[in-house]
Amino acid sequence: MLLIPCPHCGPRSELEFHCGGEAHIARPTNPAATGDQRWAEYLFYRSNTKGVHAERWLHVHGCGRWFNVRRDTISDRFVTADQIRSAEEGS
Amino acid sequence: MQSNRLPIGGRVDRSRRLRFRFNGTVIHGFAGDTVASALLANGVSLVGRSFKYHRPRGILCHGSEEPNALLQVDRGPGRVDPNNRATITEVTEGLTVASQNHWPSLEHDIGAINDWLSPIFTAGFYYKTFMWPRALWDKVYEPLIRAAAGLGVAPKEADADRYAQRYAHCDVLIVGAGPAGLAAALAASTSGQRVILADEQAEFGGTLLHDTGSMIQGMQAAGWLVGTVAALADCRNVRLLPRTTAFGYYNHNHVALLERVTDHLADPASGLPRERLWQVRAKQVVLATGAHERPLAFADNDRPGIMLAESIRAFINRYAVVPGHRIVFATSGASAYRAAADARAAGVEVVVVDVRPVAACGPELALLRAEGVEVLTGHTVLGSTGRKRVRGLIVAPVDADGRIGIRRKLTCDAVGLSGGWTPAVHLFSQSRGKLTFDTAIDAYRPGRSVQAERSAGAANGSYELTTCLAEGWEAGLRATGRDGARSFRVSPATPTGFVAVRVLPGEGNGRAFIDFQNDVTAKDIRLAVREGFESVEHIKRYTTTGMATDQGKTSNMTALGLLSETLSRPVAQVGTTTFRPPYTPVSFGALTGAARGALFEPVRKAPLHDWAAARGAVFEPVDRWLRARYFPRPGEDMRAAVSRECRAVRSSVGILDASTLGKIEVVGPDAAEFLNRLYINGWTKLAPGRCRYGVMPKEDGYIFDDGVVARLAAERFHVTTTTGGAARVLDHMEEYLQTEWPNLKVFLTSTTEQWAVIALQGPKARQVITPLVDGIDMSAAVFPHMAVRTGRICGVPTRLFRVSFTGELGYEINLPASQAALVWDAVYAGGEPYGIEPYGTEAMHVLRAERGFIIVGQETDGTVAPDDVGLSGMIADAKPDFVGKRSLARPDLMAAGRKQLVGLLTEVPGVVLDEGAQVVENPGQPALGHVTSAYWSDACGRSIALALVAGGRARHGQVLHVTTQAGFTAVRVTEPVFFDAGAERVHG
Repeated sequence: MLLIPCPHCGPRSELEFHCGGEAHIARPTNPAATGDQRWAEYLFYRSNTKGVHAERWLHVHGCGRWFNVRRDTISDRFVTADQIRSAEEGS
Repeated sequence: MQSNRLPIGGRVDRSRRLRFRFNGTVIHGFAGDTVASALLANGVSLVGRSFKYHRPRGILCHGSEEPNALLQVDRGPGRVDPNNRATITEVTEGLTVASQNHWPSLEHDIGAINDWLSPIFTAGFYYKTFMWPRALWDKVYEPLIRAAAGLGVAPKEADADRYAQRYAHCDVLIVGAGPAGLAAALAASTSGQRVILADEQAEFGGTLLHDTGSMIQGMQAAGWLVGTVAALADCRNVRLLPRTTAFGYYNHNHVALLERVTDHLADPASGLPRERLWQVRAKQVVLATGAHERPLAFADNDRPGIMLAESIRAFINRYAVVPGHRIVFATSGASAYRAAADARAAGVEVVVVDVRPVAACGPELALLRAEGVEVLTGHTVLGSTGRKRVRGLIVAPVDADGRIGIRRKLTCDAVGLSGGWTPAVHLFSQSRGKLTFDTAIDAYRPGRSVQAERSAGAANGSYELTTCLAEGWEAGLRATGRDGARSFRVSPATPTGFVAVRVLPGEGNGRAFIDFQNDVTAKDIRLAVREGFESVEHIKRYTTTGMATDQGKTSNMTALGLLSETLSRPVAQVGTTTFRPPYTPVSFGALTGAARGALFEPVRKAPLHDWAAARGAVFEPVDRWLRARYFPRPGEDMRAAVSRECRAVRSSVGILDASTLGKIEVVGPDAAEFLNRLYINGWTKLAPGRCRYGVMPKEDGYIFDDGVVARLAAERFHVTTTTGGAARVLDHMEEYLQTEWPNLKVFLTSTTEQWAVIALQGPKARQVITPLVDGIDMSAAVFPHMAVRTGRICGVPTRLFRVSFTGELGYEINLPASQAALVWDAVYAGGEPYGIEPYGTEAMHVLRAERGFIIVGQETDGTVAPDDVGLSGMIADAKPDFVGKRSLARPDLMAAGRKQLVGLLTEVPGVVLDEGAQVVENPGQPALGHVTSAYWSDACGRSIALALVAGGRARHGQVLHVTTQAGFTAVRVTEPVFFDAGAERVHG
């Protein structure tokens, strides 16, 4: 069971979280003008990284907030944890 | 009585005599005995039959790695447990144990014929034997295999015991309380940090429990142990967990421990759990799990009485039990010499047979010979004699080229084997640490760590006692963030070192067992290689070596070595199989904990549950809720009851507890915009006081949930969801609010449990409710269908919805859940003059199906888009975007021939279709879709059904066929509406 660094609550057990998959999948700003292929990539295509992987977690049984972390999918080591908003401001 | 018990010595408590039964015979032992030590004390050496060949087997080990001595333990009704290792089962007064895998008895076992048929049962015999004919598989082969599989008998009664689970955090978790673990705990305890020390045995000490010869810091080992454990027990920051096995090492130093709380107590205090599952999150872990001794492989090396050398030493020194009176120790290394010396000191006649030539032996040889013990160096073992107990060992000199000299039989009644040692790296490997093969100790040892852990002592491949203590101390210091070393004065030096021998020279045609528990022989492994297997993972599965419940603790390294030898490839290149939890078997009870019976899953009961129960309702689970399905009167079956309930709603009035509907309060300046982005419908123009049925797709365009949304004020919406969708809809909303549109000013609050909902439906609903309502004009002109009003009912605040899921005029009374019973009783009383009937979910389903209203999850399955169920007209075209909108234009969702919602009417009106039944054009053709809902409709006087059928809307009027339990039945495709097609009745 992972020990997940919630940026709001601190490290908590994986039982309290829900994984939201790969992070930084930007929703196209104008879906109507987005082609089928690009839209399919947004909906379905994920990188399935072996190594450091940016992913989203929801602290569903805690603060209820979404956040991004970078996790090494080989060692499960967490690299960083950012709040969604600050990550957006930084990007 | 105890013929093999020494008159003095050992750690057993001779003042406390205990009796237990083994296969019906009363066995005497002492407190502190295991079943294994007590059986040996009484001269019992035959304790079981092997898995495949039903060979007589005895006790091999003294610890948890035991492969042979597996017993059925009976502690009373509901407390029968198979496959307990006799070596770790503590004796209690009145315990009943029995051997396994034989018929009619342990002594005379018909299954032993397999031993004579052994040429058939070679590696992979399943795959070779049960290939054909195919027809025999179901009736013959599978039942046969199932009957033969396993050892003990699974209990049939429910487990009478209670199991506890708890979570713990600590700074340092130390696994194993042998010399290394104790030293680590001593060092860590001085930091003041929180330390947990766990050991699988009843007593702390590991090898020190049977080390009568070593001196530590000038004290006898046993004395040092007493002082050390007492010092640790005095530390308030140290938690000591004996009888506790660390069985699983998971991510981020999450370690699972199993504590055996009451099995060692004859009469445990009530309320104690039998076992306790600990889930520990440790900042640092020290693995001091010790090492396992390997047996030697030679023909018939599995006879009862043939044991591990160190285990003989443990039985003598710790339990004061001599497993035999003339013991031959066969060894390829030094440690057995100490066992031989201790056996001799206990008065046993001892001979040592060492595979190593004199030149390869260490000082242990001269020391033992000086005591007058006969040591045959440079000798191999060719076989053993005896059947239910070993009677002799055939040995012969062997030279460097493997030439075997004149054989000789050594008469004996017990044999101690030592083929070297294997560090117990299981937990290290489970932690994903990298194992490295060390040729110096012929074993895999911990290499690079991945988690915050370190290994010490024998688990790290260090076998000298002084090194174990020093490594443990250092590990304990480092785990608490400090550096330092300490040396422990130990004498005499530990005899270590061995020569790796896979199979002793001259095994001939006999069977040399490698894996005792799964009956895998050296020949099986060689055969697998001859048949082309090379990968260790494949050979493991093909031969089943190491796959029994002992996970090959005593056999894996020999199997790997033999594989390496046969493949002519270094062991390091052969690799090793993956170690997986659990380290030793764990009861289902401990894993389940309290989650059984009524506590298996929470049951949610609606506010009016008790009323329905008192009324004799039949309930059904809906998500985690229990909902009243129908209210049968005496003599009524479900169809009769449901028809009566439907009739009441259609002709007069019915009342339903609809409180399980999900409810979410959506509030804020951007609430309407927020809903605009989540539903296919538009919300901006919905006036306060009005409701709208909304459909919510996910981003892939498929319907995710639906429900009525009421606008109470410009910035306040009362959203309802399906019963099962309440939590996931809120999650979905939160996700978009937080991650996509954090700039929207909206608050979301779940109010499912706060609002009870009483649905009052039928042409008389208004008459019934009007006298009870205050502050709301109930006239149809000002309170029309799809409107919401706030006011009071029976003095209780209410949000009164005029909505209908039945097609009739109706209301859904939202009110505080605490007041639900009061209002329900008043409404029900007001309805009695009209013949009000309570109705359940079944009638609700029929009524909505008659009107063609879908249920998400019944008409939809995650691949159904709004247009597929005829709801595309609700899509607000003016909206540039909403979640899922773009996907509705994906080619697949635009394609012709998608499954569409239709009605089906059976040609024979009385036939009610099966939900889920396939719809075909003609029997024998591929399915066009399936029936989603099917009922007897009282209002229509016939059966009705909804279905998803490819190109369904273009098929109206066609005759199709639907599978039934007895072939096919013909149906006609219709509009998915069966009653009140003009939707006039809702207006009253």
